[in-house]
Amino acid sequence: MTVLLDILTALFVIPGCVLLLIGGYGMIRLTDVFERMHAAGLIDTLGLTLVMVGLMFQGGFTLITFKLFLVIAFVLFTSPVVTHALARAALVANVVPKARRLAPDELMQDGATIDTGNGEITDGGQTGPGGAPSNS
Amino acid sequence: MIMAAATLAILAVMGMVLARALLGPTVFDRILAVNAFGTLTVILIAVAGFLAGRPEFLDIALLYALINFIGTIAVTKYVVNDFLGERDAEHNWTDL
Repeated sequence: MTVLLDILTALFVIPGCVLLLIGGYGMIRLTDVFERMHAAGLIDTLGLTLVMVGLMFQGGFTLITFKLFLVIAFVLFTSPVVTHALARAALVANVVPKARRLAPDELMQDGATIDTGNGEITDGGQTGPGGAPSNS
Repeated sequence: MIMAAATLAILAVMGMVLARALLGPTVFDRILAVNAFGTLTVILIAVAGFLAGRPEFLDIALLYALINFIGTIAVTKYVVNDFLGERDAEHNWTDL
């Protein structure tokens, strides 16, 4: 029984750690705040959930498992709120996203580039050729 | 054995995220990295508790998750609005 529980733990913790590593690699590798939010979401949702569910098998039907469940539930509620607040803050502070067509029109500032969807990109001239955000 | 490997993986990811917090070109990169670092700290506390055979540390992990959320929202608000207080004549809210 203990061996079975250990195997179940490994079955959940190892994919969780793989997802954590992918998320951490994405935090280094990706090039934009909004792309990095994608990588951070990997850590916050499936990475944390898989590791905690794996630990639940070690905890058994005790208060420990309930606390692990509380951690999962709380992070699943707060992580989208943080990402949303941070994305809106970055848009308001004129960080132009690389994937411009994903930005809602009312949040785009004057002069920001907008992908029209048919292959040509209108540029208001505020950003440089590389499209790098001008603020530091 | 599994727990030791998981601890090592989490520590490696914490290093990568900390590198982003130090490098990040905009302040939002740093806030995002610090938030992810806090989440990783929650996971590390839980796993290290099971590694040491004393899972009572989970209370600290839960508390850390709470503080991490409040802190990230507060820092984001401070960076965008330049202050944390109420709206008055000289400080106007940016419409968030």
